[in-house]
Amino acid sequence: MRNALLVAGREIGSYGRSLLGWAIGAAALLVEGLWFSANGLSGSRMSADVLREFFNGASGVTMIVAVLMSIPLLAGERERGTLVLLNTAPIRDVEIIAGKYLAALAMIGLVTLASVYMPLLIFVNGKVSLGHVAAGYAGILLLGSAALAIGMFTSAVSRSQVMAAILGGLLLAVMVTLWLVAKVTEPPVNGVLSGMALHHQRQFPFMTGVLKLENVVYYVAVTYFFLLAATKTLEARRWR
Amino acid sequence: MTKAFAVIEIVDLYKYYGERRAVGPLSFSIEAGEIVGLLGLNGAGKTTTLRILACDLLPSSGSVRVNGLDVVESPHEVRSLIGYLPDTPPLYGEMTVRAYLHFAARLRGLSKADADKRVPEVLEATALAEVQDQLIASLSHGYKQRVGIAQAIVHGPKLLVLDEPISGLDPVQIVEMRELLRSLKGEHTILLSSHILSEISETCDRLLVIRDGQIAATGTEAELSAKLIKNQRIDVTVRGDEEKAKDAAGAVPGVVSVEAIDATEGGEGVIALRIESEGDTREAVCRALVTAGLGLLEVRRGERELESVFLELAGAETTDGVSGGAKKKRAGKKGAKKTRAAAGEGDAGAKDAAAEKEDGSGT
Repeated sequence: MRNALLVAGREIGSYGRSLLGWAIGAAALLVEGLWFSANGLSGSRMSADVLREFFNGASGVTMIVAVLMSIPLLAGERERGTLVLLNTAPIRDVEIIAGKYLAALAMIGLVTLASVYMPLLIFVNGKVSLGHVAAGYAGILLLGSAALAIGMFTSAVSRSQVMAAILGGLLLAVMVTLWLVAKVTEPPVNGVLSGMALHHQRQFPFMTGVLKLENVVYYVAVTYFFLLAATKTLEARRWR
Repeated sequence: MTKAFAVIEIVDLYKYYGERRAVGPLSFSIEAGEIVGLLGLNGAGKTTTLRILACDLLPSSGSVRVNGLDVVESPHEVRSLIGYLPDTPPLYGEMTVRAYLHFAARLRGLSKADADKRVPEVLEATALAEVQDQLIASLSHGYKQRVGIAQAIVHGPKLLVLDEPISGLDPVQIVEMRELLRSLKGEHTILLSSHILSEISETCDRLLVIRDGQIAATGTEAELSAKLIKNQRIDVTVRGDEEKAKDAAGAVPGVVSVEAIDATEGGEGVIALRIESEGDTREAVCRALVTAGLGLLEVRRGERELESVFLELAGAETTDGVSGGAKKKRAGKKGAKKTRAAAGEGDAGAKDAAAEKEDGSGT
């Protein structure tokens, strides 16, 4: 754990010192603000609907932010030749992955937290429960965590950041659009595909303030699976 | 007399990239306190060997032990014992030198207190103190190479594995780096690779010449020269009569030929002779020249001697005394790969080099 925190600390410092980290954070807040203004503050709506719409937009932005932040974590280090420092240090591959994951998750959490003023604006002219807000943010963080793990896996298998971005985007798109595929398939396949989809069926309850354990378990499982795959990919590269 | 402890012990090491053999069969050992140079053309297997030692790659078969520990069975422990500098130093440009070394020290298992104590010592030892607060990205190539060395020694490892530490440095930086490496001798056992022959010769106690993933020869420069070069060459500068000098040198047992060459220094009656001989006849030739009443100004071994040994051992094709390998060396590392492929020397080496570039590491 000590080594993972050491790696995480360096990564957080790196995000802070890089233009990319700030640019991603600023762009995410800008898009979320525009989305909230366009879809939440226009016309007369129920407060709960405004909040749900905000979380809908924020969840999409968070997925993209997660993949963008994951790209340099391994593929970027490989391109710059710095991954060898970690590979030849007495730390385990799982600690490298865990450290980088924690750092990126912290950054996603920070960007997500910075958007909290938008839901709070609803209290000016409306009323929503704090539980609804908390559940929505929990869903976004869980979704961000899963998207980050997917991005880390593609970053681990890619030799370049461009390749990692393409693969990450594709895999994320497939995971998100599985529910569309489910619509044109027969039972029981459609049920399985719909259940596996990253956003549609799993995220909607969070947006409406409903926190279901099965959805939490789903996101944790996706995160664990792709982080494990990233760790095994790092280990396997030594055998090449 | 007890045998010195082997810090590195490699027995029948093989490494395959897919179907292609990059290294093997490779066996050698290095004793504590030695500075050993791994010399070979691009694609010979130097970097692959060093990466296996640093636990960055796993061997396909064979045994690689560091301080008695197997790199496959105990990689964690082995990594604690090794300081590794790849051919491209693994530097985070956005960090300051001090912060980076502190991170590297902690990563290698030092406590915060120990790292706080050790980093200033290493900054001093590697002459980086004056740039310790600068961002690494703003440093010159020579300083970056020093930071690379510093990160390798920051945890006080028993073994230093340095891949082309002199590559790309200017002459002044080369001298500084040579002094730095020498200063590390004693504290550390050092294995370094290079294709700069003079650096290998001047810095190392012993050379391991690697060719096609196997050790082609081992020994000091003098030993390798003695084994491989039938006729040694010495250049002598004397003051006096040319014919008299030629006769005196030619009469020395073992001397095969004596010819006059352009003297590198001016002056009345100054002449230079190039003497080819079987074995080392320097002392006898000097004695004969002085006895003949000639003023002995300078004696030196032929400049091409070590390079000839290297090229012969490394398997480069030679024509007219200038080899493709020599051209490649002068052209630089990347250019060498192109030269080799273009010369039709066999593209296997170029492919080896490309394969060894895996994960951003060079050959």
